[in-house]
Amino acid sequence: MQNETIFVLLADDDEDDRIFFSDAFEELKMKTVVKTVNDGVELMEYLLSPGARLPHVLFLDINMPRKGGLECLREIRANKDLKDLSVAMYSTSSSEKDIEETFVQGANIYINKPSDFGELKRVLSEVLSINWQYHTSGLNRDNFLLRL
Amino acid sequence: MKIYLKFDQTQAFKKLVSDLMKKSGIKYELIGTNEISLQRKLSPEDYNKLSASFAEYGIEFVENQKNTLVQRIKDAIIEMVYSEDGPPSSKVSIYLAEKLGHSYGYLANVFSEVTFSSIENFIILQKIERVKELLMVDQLTLTEISFKLHYSSVAHLSGQFKKTTGLTPSAFQKIIRMRRSVSEKQI
Repeated sequence: MQNETIFVLLADDDEDDRIFFSDAFEELKMKTVVKTVNDGVELMEYLLSPGARLPHVLFLDINMPRKGGLECLREIRANKDLKDLSVAMYSTSSSEKDIEETFVQGANIYINKPSDFGELKRVLSEVLSINWQYHTSGLNRDNFLLRL
Repeated sequence: MKIYLKFDQTQAFKKLVSDLMKKSGIKYELIGTNEISLQRKLSPEDYNKLSASFAEYGIEFVENQKNTLVQRIKDAIIEMVYSEDGPPSSKVSIYLAEKLGHSYGYLANVFSEVTFSSIENFIILQKIERVKELLMVDQLTLTEISFKLHYSSVAHLSGQFKKTTGLTPSAFQKIIRMRRSVSEKQI
């Protein structure tokens, strides 16, 4: 718990966004290790590789070429080894219908991607700290919904 | 005859840890030389068994006192939130300080240091979790829940729900119901 490192996996096809997120994680007070993959195909390859270390939380871009975030999410929830992963989806869409659909498909967290660095840090810090409580305090994951 | 030994302590230690863990059959990952990360929490029984197998080689599991205290704070809060009689009549800070035998200031500091969150936030999170359960399992109305959990008003309860989860209680209910009907269709 104390000084424990939080393992974060980030799937985003845009290099600038990967750097934006990674920089923000680095500046948080929580100790994180961030692994990035470049799209949904790479993400599923990693998660399904034997002995892969599973993240405490997966940040998943909804809009990616080849394989999108929602498709990955459905595969994750249908896989018995992966179905309990905490998944935070993000996109620039703030359409209520999209957000509801994302939660119904099994996302735990929906993030309206901030364009401001300070705001991104605040959002990530909140996600990590609440997610940590779900990991360490025996909360019911079926009820874990957070919208930011 | 005599044989002189030269050895690499770290390598020997790592091999020993790996052999002990293999024998236990528990999935693990060695971080650095002195930290083992397990995929799931062990039952107290398995924890003690593992700890005993390491103790044979003079290796001790370090228990962190602050972590233990944080666990006790959490347990006390959960007990308080889930108590059938509702929250204690004294202020939470007094209740926790008396129950755990430390000043509230000390408890609050240790809690923030270890969890990156505050006692206040943890209480709100636990209360909202309880609200979710009462909504979904017991099918209570918001009015009934706000009365049961001693909220000053329904508006205060739904405001806190929205602030904590980003969703209104009715949006939350709708999503969970839709999820259930989707998974029923798949089965």
